[in-house]
Amino acid sequence: MAYGDKVIDHFEHPRNVGSLDKNDEHVGTGIVGAPECGDVMKLQIQVDENERIVDAKFKTFGCGSAIASSSLATEWVKGKTLDEALEIQNTEIVKELALPPVKIHCSVLAEDAIRAAITDVKRKLHKSDGVPGAATEAVK
Amino acid sequence: MRRIYLDNNATTRVDPRVLDAMLPYFCEQYGNAASRSHAFGWEAEEAVSRGREQVARLIGAGEKEIIFTSGATESNNIAIKGVAAMYGDRGKHIITQVTEHKAVIDPCKWLEQRGFRVTFLPVDRNGLVDVEQLKDAMTDDTILVSIMYANNEIGTIQPIGEIGRACKERGVVFHTDAVQAFGKVPIDVNELGIDLLSCSAHKIHGPKGIGALYVRRKNPRVRCEPVIHGGGHERGMRSGTLNVPGIVGLGRAAELCGEHRDTEPASLAKLRDRLKDGIFAQLDEVYLNGHETQRSASNLNLSFAYVEGESLMMGFKDIAVSSGSACTSASLEPSYVLKALGVGDELAHSSIRFSVSRFNTEEEIDYVIERVVETVRRLRELSPLYEMAREGVDLKSVQWSAH
Repeated sequence: MAYGDKVIDHFEHPRNVGSLDKNDEHVGTGIVGAPECGDVMKLQIQVDENERIVDAKFKTFGCGSAIASSSLATEWVKGKTLDEALEIQNTEIVKELALPPVKIHCSVLAEDAIRAAITDVKRKLHKSDGVPGAATEAVK
Repeated sequence: MRRIYLDNNATTRVDPRVLDAMLPYFCEQYGNAASRSHAFGWEAEEAVSRGREQVARLIGAGEKEIIFTSGATESNNIAIKGVAAMYGDRGKHIITQVTEHKAVIDPCKWLEQRGFRVTFLPVDRNGLVDVEQLKDAMTDDTILVSIMYANNEIGTIQPIGEIGRACKERGVVFHTDAVQAFGKVPIDVNELGIDLLSCSAHKIHGPKGIGALYVRRKNPRVRCEPVIHGGGHERGMRSGTLNVPGIVGLGRAAELCGEHRDTEPASLAKLRDRLKDGIFAQLDEVYLNGHETQRSASNLNLSFAYVEGESLMMGFKDIAVSSGSACTSASLEPSYVLKALGVGDELAHSSIRFSVSRFNTEEEIDYVIERVVETVRRLRELSPLYEMAREGVDLKSVQWSAH
């Protein structure tokens, strides 16, 4: 399969590869996918006291498009508040990376990873006391 | 950019000696081999007859037992559907196995929808069928056994001689798809008890679009109903004007394999083993797919744990290989061959098939080793699975989210 330039760029120079401390209460971790399906994404975000994402890291097992989608996702979430980050749609990833139809699931997985990381950090933040913006109803 | 071709089980570069042999048959000796009335036809007929001899000699057959086709897919179709149509009144049972090429599986499934019963034998972890199980599966209703010689994905070579004997004992016609073995493994159809054998030119440095089917003429005489009708060429089993340049190319390619039969398989195996040893020496958690020793000299199929096949190929895109990963298939399913071995789906996704030819060099292999090792290392650093495994997480115990 021929890849678009942006996919190749993210694949060859992935942004924000790595891991954050998953036990840190300001870090949310989202792991989505399954090895037997051929792709697993781990996306982590770190927020400040205003629930703004100050750092993001990823690791991905998957095809070039999956790696590019998660690399792009980390770029996009940085600097956004959690609520803003929730608005990122997989279709925007498809458009930005010019993913072909068979690779759309990679973008869906990246969106799922963002959401999973946000859910995780919200759960942590709202469980602990004294965190600004804490809302108890989010605890599940 | 430098490019290295290591996908020789998919197709091969035409050998210049093959091309040289073919060229006169396009613009000079372009006659129809069926034209009996002039020299153009006689020349073509002579070329076809030489091609028949060259193919026959490579497998210990008689020249009258070779039928030219458009390739091995057609050969397999004639063998399977043709035997079913010819012997269908004697029985309705066919035995094959799960890792066959689709060109065998699909005709068998087609027959299944038309009143035939097909047994798909399982294979073991190395891709081998169990001959005892094959014997047990045979009934008085069995008319055909079709078992491939060497597997196209994993290179495993089946116990063809034993299967041939088992078929002889029961009077069952034995077909083998020998595409990956023809020209690479010494084959004698009489010693091995093969009744029908499919082969193709483009896997042995011949042109695409030409193949052959060996059809036994005595002990027993085997006949196939044609799939293509119209003129009764090729003993009535395959009508259509003969592809004279293609036949010349197939013949010459077969002849070259014959000339190099004492040295070439060994030198292919040497390249293959150099690649394997070089990779294994530098990377851990690499798994060989297929049989360790009973395998085609050209084929090396490896799974690189924790990295996905398509991303690997993208990482060394100057090297042409193929993968059993779902991402490289239209169906988004990982290789059914690897799944049949009981290799987990995750290792199927991580598989790469390297296949060497006479045109590869040791220097190329060393470059490939270097590129593969660096790409696997880079992608493992990117892999959450590698990280989890190193932290001691048992990946099988993780509750993954299906998607």
